[in-house]
Amino acid sequence: MKQYAYYPGCSLESLAKSYHLSSIEAARELGLELKEIEDWNCCGATAYFHVDELLAYTLVARNLALAEKENLDFVAPCSGCYKNAYFTNDYLQQDPGLAEHINFALEEDNLHISGPINVRHLIEVFVEDVGFEEIKKHVSRPLKDLRVAPYYGCQLLRPKKDSEDVENPQFFEDLLSAIGSDPVEYGSKTHCCGSSLIITNREAALDMVYKLLQDAANREADVIATICPLCNVNLELYQKQVNREFGTDFSMPVMYFTQLLGLALGVEPGRLGIGKDFVSTDSMQFIMQNPQSS
Amino acid sequence: MAAKLTFSKEIANLLYAMHGNPIKDCIQCGTCSGTCPAVEFMDHSPRELIAMIGANLKDEVLHSNTYWSCASCYYCNVRCPAGIDIADLMYALKRYSMWKDQYKKDLIGPKFSESFVKMIMRTGRSFEPVLAPSYIFKYGTRGIIQEAQTASALVLKGRLPLLPKKIKRLENLKRMVRRIIPIGEPS
Ligand code: SF4
Ligand code: SF4
Repeated sequence: MKQYAYYPGCSLESLAKSYHLSSIEAARELGLELKEIEDWNCCGATAYFHVDELLAYTLVARNLALAEKENLDFVAPCSGCYKNAYFTNDYLQQDPGLAEHINFALEEDNLHISGPINVRHLIEVFVEDVGFEEIKKHVSRPLKDLRVAPYYGCQLLRPKKDSEDVENPQFFEDLLSAIGSDPVEYGSKTHCCGSSLIITNREAALDMVYKLLQDAANREADVIATICPLCNVNLELYQKQVNREFGTDFSMPVMYFTQLLGLALGVEPGRLGIGKDFVSTDSMQFIMQNPQSS
Repeated sequence: MAAKLTFSKEIANLLYAMHGNPIKDCIQCGTCSGTCPAVEFMDHSPRELIAMIGANLKDEVLHSNTYWSCASCYYCNVRCPAGIDIADLMYALKRYSMWKDQYKKDLIGPKFSESFVKMIMRTGRSFEPVLAPSYIFKYGTRGIIQEAQTASALVLKGRLPLLPKKIKRLENLKRMVRRIIPIGEPS
């Protein structure tokens, strides 16, 4: 079993419990072990960076150092945690002064970063390390006729790292095709869900969520698939509030990509956290009851 | 510190360590504002804010809600033809306004961020209910009731534990933090 240093992040212990459950299950089905980093701490989200940048890097660095000790790739299912880890790792490589300062602090926990560490988002592990062909081979319950709107959100794609396509990426669509579903093309797939503005400027965030839901609904999506707990929470938990504010009646299921992947791999819905949702996934029963082929 | 430091120079210094080009390279094309999903909710568009910094309008900038309405989506960054790291400029302005303790008092963002930091120093992890007092009272009665209903439904669905988790080596983490900022207690 290939192992990864898995960094669940704080949301996966609470609001995004089903992302945690489904990540572990889907990975296991594909022969990967997500080995949780021992005694990890919060990465600082966005809020910590509002207050002190250097301290925020220090928080992230402790988790990176814990992964380095295991000599495994650092994997985060949350796009926000991923972005913090990716860039902190990058800055530590580029700036020996910063690295020295942070390593001095890390000594207090008997840790050290030499780097570089491979920082990955969970979806990259499935797309790049497992690959579409291998995934296809393991699909026992293809999600036939399910129209899925892939929602990339922001922090996995941006800031730009290299020459990758940040305006119109396709890997999520390809993953959805590999599990037998129909990926829906819609313009908002890389737009912003509002992230923590849902707390600090709710009006603005609800406006963004509304536009996203409307776009996916216009394209007759059955479900929106997410790769980040923040996106999922904004689109799902606050859907009712959008309906109230905008006079709409959306009942758009929002699921983590690992839940859809897990379903396609034949995992029982309950083990993927399906049923913990606020927007009912009953409209998708036709998929869950599909007999498993092969 | 030099006495005659203009505001725009101060901000330029804040950005010194960052990636991207200096804000004086801005050509005022407005691509950032056209791209920004939050622009309608901002006192000044990102383009205007950058022009204001250039013109040393310190008080106006400090009392603008613009950077506190930024969702850090980095869309402006990837499209700016001048290669300016606008999103990190917004981050820097948040920090600057908190250091100076000068921001619009009705904003939720600064208080929320402050309680967030305190919470991490107490437990090492983030836990939503601990943060609620920093913003909930701004929501009015209807809002508070809605939040409470959502919270209890989350508990029932097993999506909200009742107690925060603490990391085991919290004391080490606190000592790490003290090595970064040697003065003051991160309590
Ligand atoms: S997109 Fe860049 S160059 Fe154009 S106004 Fe915005 S910051 Fe200035
Ligand atoms: S990063 Fe902030 S300023 Fe830039 S487009 Fe996104 S919300 Fe607007």
